[in-house]
Amino acid sequence: MIKIKGLHKSYPMGKDSLHVLKGLDLHIKEGEFVSIMGSSGSGKSTLLNIVGLLDIHDVGEYHLNGQLIEKLDEKKAAILRNKFLGFVFQSFNLISYKTALENVALPLYYAGVNRKERLKTALDYLDKVGLKEWANHLPNELSGGQKQRVAIARALVTKPKVVLADEPTGALDSTTTDSVMDLLKEINDEGMTVFVITHEEEVAEQTKRIVRLKDGVIISDEVTNPKVLA
Amino acid sequence: MKTIFDKDTWQEIYGTLRKNVMRTIITIIGVMWGIFLLVALLGAAKGFENKFNKDIGDLATNSVFVWGQSTGMAFGGFQEGRPMRLKLTDTKTIKDQISAVEHVVPRNQRGAHVVHKFLDGNYNVTGDYPLLDKIQKKNLLFGRFINDSDIDESRKVAVISQDVYEEIFEFEEYPIGAYIEINKINYKVIGVIKKSNIQMGPRDDIHIPFTTFQKVYNQGDRIGWMIITGNSESDISQVEADVKLLLKNIHDVHPEDSRAFGSFNLGENFGQVTGFLTGMQFLTIFVGLATLIAGIFAIGNILLITVKERTQEIGIRRALGAKPSEIKIQIILESVVLSLFAGVLGIIAGGGILFLLNSLFTGPDAVLLNSSVTISTILSALFSLVFLGTLIGLIPASRAVRIKPIEALRDE
Repeated sequence: MIKIKGLHKSYPMGKDSLHVLKGLDLHIKEGEFVSIMGSSGSGKSTLLNIVGLLDIHDVGEYHLNGQLIEKLDEKKAAILRNKFLGFVFQSFNLISYKTALENVALPLYYAGVNRKERLKTALDYLDKVGLKEWANHLPNELSGGQKQRVAIARALVTKPKVVLADEPTGALDSTTTDSVMDLLKEINDEGMTVFVITHEEEVAEQTKRIVRLKDGVIISDEVTNPKVLA
Repeated sequence: MKTIFDKDTWQEIYGTLRKNVMRTIITIIGVMWGIFLLVALLGAAKGFENKFNKDIGDLATNSVFVWGQSTGMAFGGFQEGRPMRLKLTDTKTIKDQISAVEHVVPRNQRGAHVVHKFLDGNYNVTGDYPLLDKIQKKNLLFGRFINDSDIDESRKVAVISQDVYEEIFEFEEYPIGAYIEINKINYKVIGVIKKSNIQMGPRDDIHIPFTTFQKVYNQGDRIGWMIITGNSESDISQVEADVKLLLKNIHDVHPEDSRAFGSFNLGENFGQVTGFLTGMQFLTIFVGLATLIAGIFAIGNILLITVKERTQEIGIRRALGAKPSEIKIQIILESVVLSLFAGVLGIIAGGGILFLLNSLFTGPDAVLLNSSVTISTILSALFSLVFLGTLIGLIPASRAVRIKPIEALRDE
């Protein structure tokens, strides 16, 4: 599903450049539940941006769903994001003046689905994350856990190939963290590829494969204990 | 382009604007005010013009007054300083020889002491033909103007002005059929002319038949002055020059003698007034448009600020799959919708003010008459709003697409 070979990325910093990713190789197959672990500055967010087509890499190859990603302009990237990727962010990133339902329906608007269909599908997904009754509430009327569940519903609504979660529990307490992780596990069980970025050990432990990143290189890549797999 | 006709695009824009009501209102105030000023001022200017045109009424504006003075050059054996006297036959010659002339109306006038019962006054008495009524429409309060029979029979009848009526008649006394004494001769009053706001030439107090004037004051065929009107295609300044040249020819005056005949060109003077009105309208349009443009800039400015404010929102939309063009079109359409909405509100407010003006200023002494703007003015204003709104929307729109989703989504 995601195939990365010899990936390099550096950012210009004044006269010098900051070499963030130093030759990554990573292969994530369909249906995997992977976490990228690393402290801040390890390059994990940069990796997510590249995988999420929000940024472009300098050197190396990146295949998404069998498609080589190259010469990506903004328009193409937008279409691919809409089609293949679902995002979940640490700070939820819901649009504050839109209701939960409208937030979930938004990716479908950019996919060109008509309004009636959109709202119907969005409501189904809200139901799936257990927030059907909250459909017409604005984000500031929801708790952190509820907001993140709305965001997950939004990530799922276009039936993407991969869900990319950037510190999905970073802004949540431990109870809600568990409920959000349970939800991610559940969608993974339904066959969705889930790609989580985190610096929390407890979060990483709940995934099926942990890739550790340090200073722009992969230092370990292990399948976690069968307890989780079971 | 498809997106413009897509109902969903509009729903999205409607949703965005409706849910930011305060921002929307503040944004549109400038344009609203601009178009309000434009409509209100243009309407008021139109009302002023209407009022002016009504006052002018049926007064032939393409007319010129000509009178005799005295020669300024010796010519044909005559000394300089010879007094010029226009003759009744001159009017016929002018009418026959100059094709651009429509009417030639001779007039004679003198001062007179007028008495009615115990009241009296000094007034101008003019000998007139019924034709005068054709070029300077007389609105009558009572009775009628001089007619052909009055001329033919040299009747001793008089048409008096409202001022004269009010001064020498008792309050609410019925004037028609009453007798007034003009320089010791009795005349029967046959009409009273309503006051008019505009008076051209010497004050007209009392009109008597031209032929009566001739006989009573022993005028022979001499006339005081004449009013000449050009027909619709004529250039009144050209008519003026032609008439004076012809008169010099008839009266043996040097063709280049500029003193022999005096004239007053009503058309030219009228042109100056209408020029002033046009200027006022131009000024109004200028002020309105300038305000409008300032308002549009305010919209652009505020949208630019809101783009900055909405960085995160735009980033989210981009991450969720919005193409740059979709973001751009949304911002531009927001700008256009705001401009148009503001415009419509401004037009309604301006129309309301004009309606108010019209209902406040009624009656004959109103300063403004039927203040209004044309539909085409409204439509072109709206069209320029769409155009300017699009143009100004381009600035925040291009700013919005420069925002990289990753920058927009970066956590603080």
